[in-house]
Amino acid sequence: MGKVIVITSGKGGVGKTTTTANLGTGLAAAGQKVCLVDTDIGLRNLDVVLGLENRIVYDLLDVVEGNCRVRQALIKDKHFGESLVLLPAAQTREKDAVSPEQMVELMAQLKEEYDFIILDSPAGIEHGFKNAIAGADQAIVVTTPEISAVRDADRIIGLLEAAELYDPQLIINRVRPDMVRKGDMMDIDDIDDILAISILGVIPDDQDIIVSTNRGETVVMDKKSRPGQAYRNVVRRILGEEVPFMDLQERKIMHWFKRILSGEAQ
Amino acid sequence: MFEFITKLFGGSDGSKNKAKERLRLVLVHDRASLSPGLVAALEAELIEVISKYLEIDEEGLDVSFDEGDDSVALIANIPVKNVKRKI
Ligand SMILES: Nc1ncnc2c1ncn2[C@@H]1O[C@H](COP(=O)(O)OP(=O)(O)OP(=O)(O)O)[C@@H](O)[C@H]1O
Ligand SMILES: [Mg+2]
Repeated sequence: MGKVIVITSGKGGVGKTTTTANLGTGLAAAGQKVCLVDTDIGLRNLDVVLGLENRIVYDLLDVVEGNCRVRQALIKDKHFGESLVLLPAAQTREKDAVSPEQMVELMAQLKEEYDFIILDSPAGIEHGFKNAIAGADQAIVVTTPEISAVRDADRIIGLLEAAELYDPQLIINRVRPDMVRKGDMMDIDDIDDILAISILGVIPDDQDIIVSTNRGETVVMDKKSRPGQAYRNVVRRILGEEVPFMDLQERKIMHWFKRILSGEAQ
Repeated sequence: MFEFITKLFGGSDGSKNKAKERLRLVLVHDRASLSPGLVAALEAELIEVISKYLEIDEEGLDVSFDEGDDSVALIANIPVKNVKRKI
């Protein structure tokens, strides 16, 4: 019996889709059977982030309306085939075309077949959010270290608890070690202080993410990438391992050397 | 040079402390206004505790949050009708 995890945020553009793609790919690489579901109806993106946009025939709406069988709509990943599949969102319809009841039923079906079902959800707290959380067993909230994103994360945590999805976990995305060092960006401890929920991971702000997304690949597969490493750590934590947070200080020394060598330090 | 050293050791001039303080205040307000049940439950328990010591006018009781520039206070206005002679 699989587990359904919803990736949510409140504020838009903080990295839900990127996180969904990387955790899904990372879990598949760790030997799990994974199904990713894009619930962002009308604004689908998970397909392009995974580089699968050319293979779509059916979508989530076709499945719940019975135009096709679930299997027919699932798109196999380029690298992992049957063990990583995507159910794309409908691009042409209204957000309320799917109901929470239909989502619960679909999740029950997918849980028979997959170890992890990961739902990418739309920004906001309206219909799409309610659909995405309806069939979920667990929630991961993504935020960036900015006031507005953390505030919205707090709101989402409240709504998740009201919907009886207890103990959501937090991923802090787009952390900039250089700004943290200068005291210009909130750090893990600061956000932990304020939200008081368990932190599942910290992902640095890094151009690797943009480069890999351009190519339709996920950064978690890039052995040398720092955000890739950060996502691999999150995957291990999801699988129950205890992994310490990535050391941002290590980089501080390197950064300092670089500055001195380049004469910038004066 | 001095500026460089203070920056290197994370001088306290960083803007994150300001962010943290503002966030803390805005969340007090958000959470209080988003869970109306919170104030009602607080009122009910206040009445229960205070009634052990004082006779109060439950109808006139008013509990609210008062926002200042850099703080939020809980304001309770509780009309007292009588003080018990002994507990
Ligand atoms: N750690 C990171 N470093 C650099 N860029 C990032 C990082 N995380 C996300 N991005 C970029 O930020 C943008 C938004 O990310 P993404 O689409 O994953 O957010 P989202 O929460 O799904 O947005 P929406 O709310 O619109 O669905 C993308 O261009 C992505 O490449
Ligand atoms: Mg998205």
